[in-house]
Amino acid sequence: MTYRRQNDGLVTLAHGSGGRATAELIEQVFRCKFSNPHLDPLEDGACLPWQQGHDIVMATDSHVVTPLFFPGGDIGSLAVNGTLNDVAMAGGRCRYISAAFILEEGFALADLHRIADSMAEAAKRAGVLIVTGDTKVVERGKGDGVFISTTGIGERFQRSLPGISGIRAGDHILLSGDLGRHGATITALRKGLQFDTDLASDCENLTPLVEAMLGSTAGIRCLRDPTRGGMAAVLNEWASQTRLSISINEPDIPSNPTVTSLCELLGLDPFYLASEGRLLCVCDPANVSELLKVMQQHPSGKKAALIGVVAEKPGALVQITTHYRGKCLLDWRYGDPLPRIC
Amino acid sequence: MKSSGPSVPSNPVADFRSPVIAESLLQAIHLEADPQRQYRFMEFCGGHTHALFRHGLTDRLPSNLHMLHGPGCPVCVLPVSRIDMAFNLLQDHNITLCTYGDMLRVPGSARNSLQTAKAGGAQVEIIYSPAEVLTLAGQNRDRQFVFFAIGFETTAPATALLIQAVKSQGLTNVSVFCNHVLTPPAIRGIMEPSDGAPAPDIDGLIGPGHVSVITGIKAYEALVTRYRTGIVVAGFEPLDLLQAILLLVRQVNSGEATVENQYRRTVRPAGNLIARQFMDQTFQVKECFEWRGLGFLPGSALQIQPELAAFDAELRFNMKPVPAADNKSCACPAVLRGQTRPEDCPLFGNFCTPDNPVGSCMVSTEGACAAHFHYRRHLQEPAP
Repeated sequence: MTYRRQNDGLVTLAHGSGGRATAELIEQVFRCKFSNPHLDPLEDGACLPWQQGHDIVMATDSHVVTPLFFPGGDIGSLAVNGTLNDVAMAGGRCRYISAAFILEEGFALADLHRIADSMAEAAKRAGVLIVTGDTKVVERGKGDGVFISTTGIGERFQRSLPGISGIRAGDHILLSGDLGRHGATITALRKGLQFDTDLASDCENLTPLVEAMLGSTAGIRCLRDPTRGGMAAVLNEWASQTRLSISINEPDIPSNPTVTSLCELLGLDPFYLASEGRLLCVCDPANVSELLKVMQQHPSGKKAALIGVVAEKPGALVQITTHYRGKCLLDWRYGDPLPRIC
Repeated sequence: MKSSGPSVPSNPVADFRSPVIAESLLQAIHLEADPQRQYRFMEFCGGHTHALFRHGLTDRLPSNLHMLHGPGCPVCVLPVSRIDMAFNLLQDHNITLCTYGDMLRVPGSARNSLQTAKAGGAQVEIIYSPAEVLTLAGQNRDRQFVFFAIGFETTAPATALLIQAVKSQGLTNVSVFCNHVLTPPAIRGIMEPSDGAPAPDIDGLIGPGHVSVITGIKAYEALVTRYRTGIVVAGFEPLDLLQAILLLVRQVNSGEATVENQYRRTVRPAGNLIARQFMDQTFQVKECFEWRGLGFLPGSALQIQPELAAFDAELRFNMKPVPAADNKSCACPAVLRGQTRPEDCPLFGNFCTPDNPVGSCMVSTEGACAAHFHYRRHLQEPAP
């Protein structure tokens, strides 16, 4: 089954959703023009040769979020942790971060202080330094309060990560915890949908978890944090890049009852919602039980579970076996998940 | 999170998702379905189609029990001409069009959508509730807001409340482009095709859940008598659907055709009287309305009462009907009547995908084609 290229000549919000429209934009506009061996695998970050035995890992991320402050974090902690996580998913420990701020005329300085305090705290907790930056101010109406771009750089962990090209049929897929807390928190706050819940974003630095995993276990092929586009986007990217199929078992996927309830009320699916403190991992089946134990013993992976396998049959599809032992596809959405009418 | 809103129940649906109870219902269906005959049931609602596929329930039904997908997807049945009218409104007047999210990607006759119009600078706001239109209009008194109202009886009361609130607050910058449609005429449209096509072979209907919350179930009695086809009004959870299917199997086996209410926890026999009162005060039944797939159906839609004409966007902005035809190769009309399976349409999956939909059934996730594409395109199901 092929997808036709949607060529409306304009950027639409779908291009920023983390779904298939985003992947098409990156492929058709950027990757083909910038193509090189470090960019082409389209991982969260790039592992770059430096001096012998001392590869560096680099990742960059832009942050636009409404609202700027939310339970469990704010745009500042999100910017720092998101970058740390991108470096970690590419197999490295971040050391230094740069931060560029695009500020809108009229933005409250008190809020900017609050955001910077939160970034400083997140950096301190992770032992990274924010070493360079940039500030621009745009006219009122030409920005949404504040946009932050961060780049992280650090050294590769001792055990290297093969990345997507290392995925083999028969590999197992692990998930570090329940899905969608960040996305559900933000969605509920937006548009004044303020439900009375104890829900908070799961935003956190996953570097210690990755370090524990890579430090103790061989056979890890590939890591990815299910941010924009959620688990569905990550699994479909893996399937489409490897041309293999992925089968997951719904009863094995950890869930959060509040997220499930909110999704029911809003007509959304947790598998498509962003998490900011979870990771998906592809692993050699020989190492799975050992790895799962390591993850479950770590505070960031207590609810880790084996959720599926990379299937022998090609087809580039992601299939779920449901709670009722039927099957359905977990398809890649084109744009943002839109709430249904009925 | 701030405690300014309603609290979220800890898990409102868990009781209706038990895999253990689902297995016992499935066992009963397999035991009671007569292997000597075929069962062809139509689920009216797109929400039901979505739930059947999302939970993989159709995989577990007997091979001689077939689920056909009905027209109960508000986005799917809206004809292209009404969408083109909305485009023209945006083009000709400096207004803000407020709409539910899944209208955003519906293609007009020029394959444009509200999403691309928005990217091109048109003022389009996605709303969750018509009450948001009031807030927007209150904050921007010098701007005209038009609510693109669509949906069955489920969403019509909220539109009625909006119109009544606009009137009582004396707001002069809000109007409604009304496209609300009615369920019983749609069922008649399926059972007695207006274009003279043969009546479909349907042994039972899963009636709409949320529509019936408003309308009650009395309206279905005349349909059951006329077509001798049972209707079971059902909820949207896996256990609701399996129980409704079991009840329909029993009706077919006993040769009966009655109206049954499986969704009793939500649907009262007389419906929601307050909501219906608001609808009656605000709308009247339109003489005739075009449905995608079902053609022109008499008495099948709502229009704003003459005394509230000031809030009717079609009058305020002198909106003219735009004749527009569907793509001739598109099988949506037959799909919406349950006569063709989505994957048998020549456009399915190549020229028509959720990214680039030709027919309306591919747009909303509740549309039969989109549901097949998203959930089932890896499987070739045997034709009923």
